[in-house]
Amino acid sequence: MTAMRQRAIFKFQLFVASDSQNSAQATTNLGALCKKYLPGRYEIEIVDVFLEPHRALAEDIRMTPTLLKISPRPVQRIIGNLSQTQRVLETLGLNAGVA
Amino acid sequence: MKADRLRGAAASRKAPTGIAGFDEITRGGLPRGRTALVQGGPGSGKTIFGLQFLVNGARHFKEAGIFVAFEETSQRIMANAESFDWQLPQLLRKQLLFVDAQPQPELVQSGDFDLCGLLAGLEAQAAVQKTRRIVFDALDIVLALLPDLAARRREIYRLHDWLLKCELTCIVTLKAAVDEPSSVTQQPYGFMQFMVDCSVILNHSVVLGVSQRNLRVQKYRGSQFDENESPFVIGKMGFDVAIVRLLGRADAAVTHERVTSGVKRLDTMLGGGYYRAACVLITGFPGTAKTTLSGAFADAACRRGERTLFVSFDSDGSEVIRNLSSVGILLNRHVKSGVLRMASSRTVNGSAEMCLVRIKELAQAHGARCLVIDPVSALSQFGNEMTAYGVAERLLDWSKAERITLVCTSLSNEISERAEDDTLLHMSAMADTWIHLNYLVQAGERNRGMSIIKSRGTAHSNQVRELILSNDGVTLADIFTAGGEVLMGTMRWEKESAERVAIEVAAVARKLKGVTLDAEQAELGVRLKAVQTEFIAKQIEKTLLARTTASRKAEVLRGNVRMRELRSGDAAAPKRK
Repeated sequence: MTAMRQRAIFKFQLFVASDSQNSAQATTNLGALCKKYLPGRYEIEIVDVFLEPHRALAEDIRMTPTLLKISPRPVQRIIGNLSQTQRVLETLGLNAGVA
Repeated sequence: MKADRLRGAAASRKAPTGIAGFDEITRGGLPRGRTALVQGGPGSGKTIFGLQFLVNGARHFKEAGIFVAFEETSQRIMANAESFDWQLPQLLRKQLLFVDAQPQPELVQSGDFDLCGLLAGLEAQAAVQKTRRIVFDALDIVLALLPDLAARRREIYRLHDWLLKCELTCIVTLKAAVDEPSSVTQQPYGFMQFMVDCSVILNHSVVLGVSQRNLRVQKYRGSQFDENESPFVIGKMGFDVAIVRLLGRADAAVTHERVTSGVKRLDTMLGGGYYRAACVLITGFPGTAKTTLSGAFADAACRRGERTLFVSFDSDGSEVIRNLSSVGILLNRHVKSGVLRMASSRTVNGSAEMCLVRIKELAQAHGARCLVIDPVSALSQFGNEMTAYGVAERLLDWSKAERITLVCTSLSNEISERAEDDTLLHMSAMADTWIHLNYLVQAGERNRGMSIIKSRGTAHSNQVRELILSNDGVTLADIFTAGGEVLMGTMRWEKESAERVAIEVAAVARKLKGVTLDAEQAELGVRLKAVQTEFIAKQIEKTLLARTTASRKAEVLRGNVRMRELRSGDAAAPKRK
């Protein structure tokens, strides 16, 4: 179980509102978090809702920034600038790695 | 002309809501391209108000709309809205879009966020659909997720700017504490009050167990509006806001046409009957034949073929029919022929406002020209005292506008010393004709007296009449006054029979006198004849006397001459030759 998860590649979609403060923070926070806890096994796609509003509608994105974890399953959704790292890690199931 | 143009300009600055009464209160609707705030407690009708704004926009004003649901899911809102005659499913394809924006229960939040995602999506959608109207329902739900007040404020301003940029007419609904609408500025989103151009407060309260709803426009930048609380109900078409007739609105056309009261002598007392489209108030204690009098009116109306609605709060329609048939008022045939519609309700369910709406619906469905409400005082039952006056006023306005002749009965308070005292509804001041019924207790009897207290625009009798109910119907009798006291019932009957006897005696006496006089006259005639005969005899006698006197004189003269001739001695004799 643990071995499988460690090998799994995390795919993220981060919906941002151009370069608004929260969105910029979320981008930075996600990047730092991935580097630290998922080195070498993550993919991040940044979607700007102003440039691609229909994608935002299709994915029911209401608040920005919203982080979608596409894989591994299940899909998870976190809103906010990801400043509460602990909360993000708990949600993504990466707690064990920290301890 | 100028006024018309001005009104046209004003209308274009406003987006009509199509909500009955609300557009009148706000002189045309919500501010176009601006934001309006609708606040209210749970169940006060915020969602319905917002949805109706969009539905009417799409159906009547060709303005597409978006409904952003933060609290309830769009499926649930649509299911709930099915109870209204809105034809929602037909609108859904092009003119009305629901956007679900409920925070999911499993939603994980980490840190601050903003609403840009939603607004970007909406903007794209609005451009495609040419949306003109938008509703953000229960914005407070999403705002509550924001970490601090500054963030909430920031998002509200972001929303506000976005709305102005998109030139959408918007309604934002927010929950508000019901009890203290005055302290709205102290509430978490109080500052929204200052940001929006129009603010509406919906209130749903329970007064002595009766639900009362009202609506108040708190502010409206750049426009006049009615500042008072207006009661409203949520009916088949959604909101129905009650408004008092505004000044300057054309008065209902008046008529000189009379309709009978159903009691012939009462018509005479009123100088021909009630006026068409008048409001007639019949007050009295329980059992003074208020229902009977109104039943007589209904019967007469039905016999003219006028469709009539009889609303009874005291008893069942069938009971009313049975009871009235005992005094010769047969309503059953009119019910069978469909001219008369009986509606009854043991008590007023819900607010007086609701009841008025129900009566209006029934009257319209039946196409009623005459309406009886028995008793109208039921509207002012416990819990409705505050609103009943306004309801009665609107009832009158409505019936006049619809040209419906309205007969209301009203129960007087038996304990009240002043029998002709006003009811809670102050109907007596507004009614055109006011008939008062009361009891007169005298000589161990209780009899019904009827008087016309007022009747606008008609000469009317000042007499108190006794109301008599018999198998043949209702009649009025003169009453006797004797020694300053009014006589009714048996005493009146006694007096009447005494009068009859007196009349008979007088007739006999008259006859007797006539006979006597005849005899005297005859006697005099005989005497007259005798005297006349005597007179003629005297005349003859007089003539005879004159004649004998003359002949005697001639005889004497002849004698003298003869004597002289015989004596032949007188010289004088030849002188005469």
